[in-house]
Amino acid sequence: MTTTTEVDLDVATYCLRLGDDALVLAQRLCEWAARSPQLEEDVALLNLALDLLGQARSLLTLAGVREGRGRDEDALAFLRDEPDVVNLQLVELENGDFGRTMARQLLVAAYAVPLWQALCASTDADLAAIAGKAVKEVAYHLDHARSWVVRLGDGTEESHRRVQAGFDEVWPYGFELFEVDPLLERLIARGVAADPAALQQVWRATVEEVLAEATLVVPETGWRPTGGRSGAHTEAFGYLLAELQHLHRSHPGVSW
Amino acid sequence: MDEQAFTARVTGDDRVEPRDEMPDGYRRTLVRQIAQHAHSEIIGMQPEGNWITRAPSLRRKAILVAKVQDEAGHGLYLYSAAETLGADRDELLDLLHTGRQKYSTIFNYPATSWADVAAIGWLVDGAAIVNQVPLTRCSYGPYARAMVRICKEESFHQRQGFEAMAVLAAGSPAQRRMAQEALDRWWWPALMMFGPSDVDSPNSAQSMAWGIKRFSNDELRQRFVDATVPQAEFLGLVVPDPDLRRDEETGHYRTGQIDWSEFATVMRGDGPCNRERLARRVAAHDDGGWVREAAAAYAAKHAAARAVAA
Ligand SMILES: [Fe+2]
Ligand SMILES: [Fe+2]
Repeated sequence: MTTTTEVDLDVATYCLRLGDDALVLAQRLCEWAARSPQLEEDVALLNLALDLLGQARSLLTLAGVREGRGRDEDALAFLRDEPDVVNLQLVELENGDFGRTMARQLLVAAYAVPLWQALCASTDADLAAIAGKAVKEVAYHLDHARSWVVRLGDGTEESHRRVQAGFDEVWPYGFELFEVDPLLERLIARGVAADPAALQQVWRATVEEVLAEATLVVPETGWRPTGGRSGAHTEAFGYLLAELQHLHRSHPGVSW
Repeated sequence: MDEQAFTARVTGDDRVEPRDEMPDGYRRTLVRQIAQHAHSEIIGMQPEGNWITRAPSLRRKAILVAKVQDEAGHGLYLYSAAETLGADRDELLDLLHTGRQKYSTIFNYPATSWADVAAIGWLVDGAAIVNQVPLTRCSYGPYARAMVRICKEESFHQRQGFEAMAVLAAGSPAQRRMAQEALDRWWWPALMMFGPSDVDSPNSAQSMAWGIKRFSNDELRQRFVDATVPQAEFLGLVVPDPDLRRDEETGHYRTGQIDWSEFATVMRGDGPCNRERLARRVAAHDDGGWVREAAAAYAAKHAAARAVAA
């Protein structure tokens, strides 16, 4: 029996945060199944969801191991209540139309690419191994989002208007991507976690470049909703969690 | 076009390729069959797709996402195969959306419990394989080749469905009940997937002569029943057919009468989910119109810009 250290608990929380981001975004993307604009997009969106689900499973499993309380991926995904789920609010927002979904995809993927690149060099070997796989997946996620944002922005008048509206709506939730708290500071100091300050520069450059190519403008806002990392959520989240968890919770302790 | 020579050619295992001469009737029959098959794949995403967000474990969720994604891929290959015969995907979709072409009646039944997801994999993908394996030897090359790839994936889906059903059947009383009720719901509709008895199936003889069809509906149905009844017994589930018995002489299972009036009702559009399935498909297509238009406008703009630059 190994003893759980303070560092283990910090890593567990960090993995929970990243795992919840992946799980909640996968859940949102799955809502597009058999509802997308064309068959190729059904394949592509489910592909993104499958990658994110794989990341979520690895991260939640690692979180459970480090936490040392015997919780596996399913216990963590299905049996935590809303205040204990610590994803960014950005990923839980309702999909809206395809333009808004792609706007969110761009903001998330432009952050995920430098995040996983940095985590490939994490001093935590297990996290670095997860990053090694994720970094290849999110490169495609960024390409996918970029190509749609550019086509929608520089497509028709209607698509331009819709995708710009999508960016305007999701943009304020992007600030939360780069917040730092004491836990993150401790993990950055140990070389475990990625430093948001460095990520933000890369993110900003990517997003601005894509928006310019798409003939879209960077939204201006002073509003910075926050709180996801401490379990504060939007009203839409309760419905998402209910749908995710109800069947598992209705049959406690069984196998599936 | 010498129709007799063509028929002789497809009877001896020669494959017809897109550029080859072929009788109009052969082309029309194939386009309709491939299109209806493609429509079935994409409508078939709905009943199971509805369960992705509710799947009871992350492993099952991932398996289901991959499966529904495969079905979208099957739709894509099949529309492409139809396009090799001169059809156009948008026109075929329009025929689906306006009810002028059909899809498999099986997808007009509701999937109301998690066990239905397992039952669909086990029974519906299982029946699809029995129907489709002979199509890998179909006389039209592109269709036959698409079916090789599709059948591999369908058999994977069938095994996953059976495995999910086995877990439920060996689970809690509530899970066992869920499993039995799903078998009760899907058994008869699955048998109907093979179509009416051959005496009532007007197009069968011509399709046989053209090498599009290799076995009769009844032969294929029998094959499915013989394979599936022992699986149900293995799971400890009861096939909902009081007349089901094993013919000791031939070794075949004999089922009771199939209620073909139910099949006709669903075919006519009055199954439990016909309206819902089609409405959802049409809504997705309509809601996505502005996205497809944007992609086309962007491509046209940039093709023009490239032409000017060159
Ligand atoms: Fe399929
Ligand atoms: Fe399938």
